[in-house]
Amino acid sequence: MFVRLVYESFRRQKRRKLLAWTAITLGVSVATAMIAVATGIGDKISRELRTYGANLLVTPQEDTLDLQIGGVDLRPPSDGAYLNESDLPKIRGTFWHHNIVGFAPMLPVNVSVDGGPENLTLLGTYFSKQLSFGKEEFVTGVRITHLWWRVQGAWPDDNSQDILLGEGLAAKLGRKAGDSIAINGQSHRVAGILSTGGVEDSQIVAPLLVAQQVLGKPGAVRRLYVSALTKPEDALARRDPRTMNSELFDRWYCSPYVQSIAYQLQEAIPHSHAEQIRQVAQNEGTVLERIKGLMLLVTLAALLASALAVSAAMATAIFERRGEVGLMKALGAANVSVAALFFAEALLLALLGGMVGFGVGSWLAHVIGQSIFGSQITIEPVLFPVILAIAVTVTFAGSALAIRRAVKFDPVHALRREA
Amino acid sequence: MFLRMLMRAAVLRRGRAASALLAMIVAAAVATAMLNLYVDVQAKLRKEFRNYGANVVVVAKDGQELPADALQRVESLLAGHGMAVPFAYVVARTADGQSVVVSGTDFGRVRKLDSWWSVSAWPQAPQGALVGARAAAVVSPQGAPFDLSFQGRTIHLASAGTLRTGAAEDSRVYLSLNDFESWTGVQASTIEVAASGPPEEVDSVIQEFGQALPQAQVRPVRQIMEGEARVLGKTRATLLAAAVLIILTSALCVLSTLMGWVFDRRRDFAIMKALGASERLIGGFFAAEAAMLGAIGALVGFLIGVGVAAWIGRVNFHAPVVPRLNVLPIIVVGSVAVALISAALPLSMLRRVQPATILRGE
Repeated sequence: MFVRLVYESFRRQKRRKLLAWTAITLGVSVATAMIAVATGIGDKISRELRTYGANLLVTPQEDTLDLQIGGVDLRPPSDGAYLNESDLPKIRGTFWHHNIVGFAPMLPVNVSVDGGPENLTLLGTYFSKQLSFGKEEFVTGVRITHLWWRVQGAWPDDNSQDILLGEGLAAKLGRKAGDSIAINGQSHRVAGILSTGGVEDSQIVAPLLVAQQVLGKPGAVRRLYVSALTKPEDALARRDPRTMNSELFDRWYCSPYVQSIAYQLQEAIPHSHAEQIRQVAQNEGTVLERIKGLMLLVTLAALLASALAVSAAMATAIFERRGEVGLMKALGAANVSVAALFFAEALLLALLGGMVGFGVGSWLAHVIGQSIFGSQITIEPVLFPVILAIAVTVTFAGSALAIRRAVKFDPVHALRREA
Repeated sequence: MFLRMLMRAAVLRRGRAASALLAMIVAAAVATAMLNLYVDVQAKLRKEFRNYGANVVVVAKDGQELPADALQRVESLLAGHGMAVPFAYVVARTADGQSVVVSGTDFGRVRKLDSWWSVSAWPQAPQGALVGARAAAVVSPQGAPFDLSFQGRTIHLASAGTLRTGAAEDSRVYLSLNDFESWTGVQASTIEVAASGPPEEVDSVIQEFGQALPQAQVRPVRQIMEGEARVLGKTRATLLAAAVLIILTSALCVLSTLMGWVFDRRRDFAIMKALGASERLIGGFFAAEAAMLGAIGALVGFLIGVGVAAWIGRVNFHAPVVPRLNVLPIIVVGSVAVALISAALPLSMLRRVQPATILRGE
């Protein structure tokens, strides 16, 4: 009997049910999409923030002082210690290697060009170097870590003798891509002209191998820039790991704080000192927090708007059925059974709307992710029951007041349509 | 008469009118808040991005010096829209003959520009130095006073605090520009500038600097500019997508509520028609009612929305979002349009029906 009542109600009042269902579906879609975007945005923006470049710098532990002014290293190249190039792939073996977007070794050496004085800097680095750690193959270099570097012409191959000329230097020397240039007496091909907006504009940038040959120290690396996805710093992150007990240390070690990644880099590369580049690392956290906070609050607004939309639709749908309530009550139905009927209908609508809305919302989140960030926004499966629960709760809450009023209505008035 | 009908209609059916108005207010409030945020978020986030430090660097060209009033010129061109910090550099020797880069700067300004510098204590007294974490191990391991010499002139310095940045600054010793100039006689060769505003403004500032200081090379710090543009663009796009979704939902909510409201009053419509009112009069009556509802809802909603946006600004950015009055006409026109549409749809449906049928309750 009860089931038939519900069934008949859906069969006969298709338009009204469709309206209420549409409102619920729409509300749930927006809520799902916004929750998915808000939870995913931290990750996405974190990747965008990697445009700022490396946030960690690894240097040899026993190094002499940098003598850098305006990005030009005045230290004699024989001075100081070096990292070992063969240690670099070990970075892939650290606990947080999935968070390490890329790294680029740097080796500046002084060279002379076209037989001139030895006063130009040649910077050896990886452009897009193929490396392997164990069975894993990966690519890393400045094309991943220094996204603001632009090349006119082609990027040199990492195993070639080709070089890039900074645009300022190229203009001074009158060279363009494809020309050749004599560096310390050896002829190299200029693969492209580099523009960075920084000191590299007046330098030569070459594969690491070339710089090592000039220096006569195979395998030497002066510094290593690492670009890693990190979690914003909190009180635990700032603590000194030496003062922690083992449980706390494990938690610190297993959180992708910039400090713990630095610690793990030091463990992976012998005789090294890893330090966060505070300009990049510190500000990243603030910007990320702000954007995440903003999206969270906007999501709250979206949830509120959709809850109200659903409530309004349900209230309207029930209000229109006063006559029906009057009839049922006149036939002797108890208040409880009338309310139960309405709630059963609301539950059915909420579940149907919730399921379809979840699908539509997931698709919306996918579209937003693809069109804005060019990558997938993952939707946690755990979101599905949560969304259904929200849909049912909101639908019930929206209907409750209207149902109460409909049930309290005097059947005589209702039947005479004196609303 | 017309007005009285409007008033009575609203008073008599308080419940339904109130729920329609509520929907209108909520929609207008949400739309206002989203639009305000969308307009203002750029300025808010730009301020956060200025924490990344200088986005423009002015450096003396090779073999040339910046004029003595370079900083004043830069500051007057900035006209309050940013900050400029001078730096001077030399390589000095410690007492045991090691080389170290010494820089003279304005501590008060550097502190504001480079907020990421982690400093144990800023130098207050003259002859006080800020020693980089790596340099400290060389020049004064225990924080003791130390001597530095440059071209035969020696200065005696007290280590006021250590500096940690993770970059080249760690290997330097920083002095106040006064101490530095009287010791070395070298003037500031670099001015780091954090120019605020959108990229076009920064570009025009760069050009003005170039014209005012022909002996200097002025270049944007592309790393900072590009990162900012990218993150800002993506954030705004996401916010826009969210705003469109939310505004659409609330508009549809208003549409369905108002349609229900008008449809509910088909008996008023039928009575008016039966009493001989022309369709134009009835249409005008319902339209006026809907427009009034839309306008009132929009005004109240605007006020609430501005409040919500300000609250979000305060919670998230620690600065309220400034209300944009130019959002108001958009909200009012949008609300009235939605209200009119939701009145017109059921009316066009009712127009085809005989009043008698409605009055009989069929």
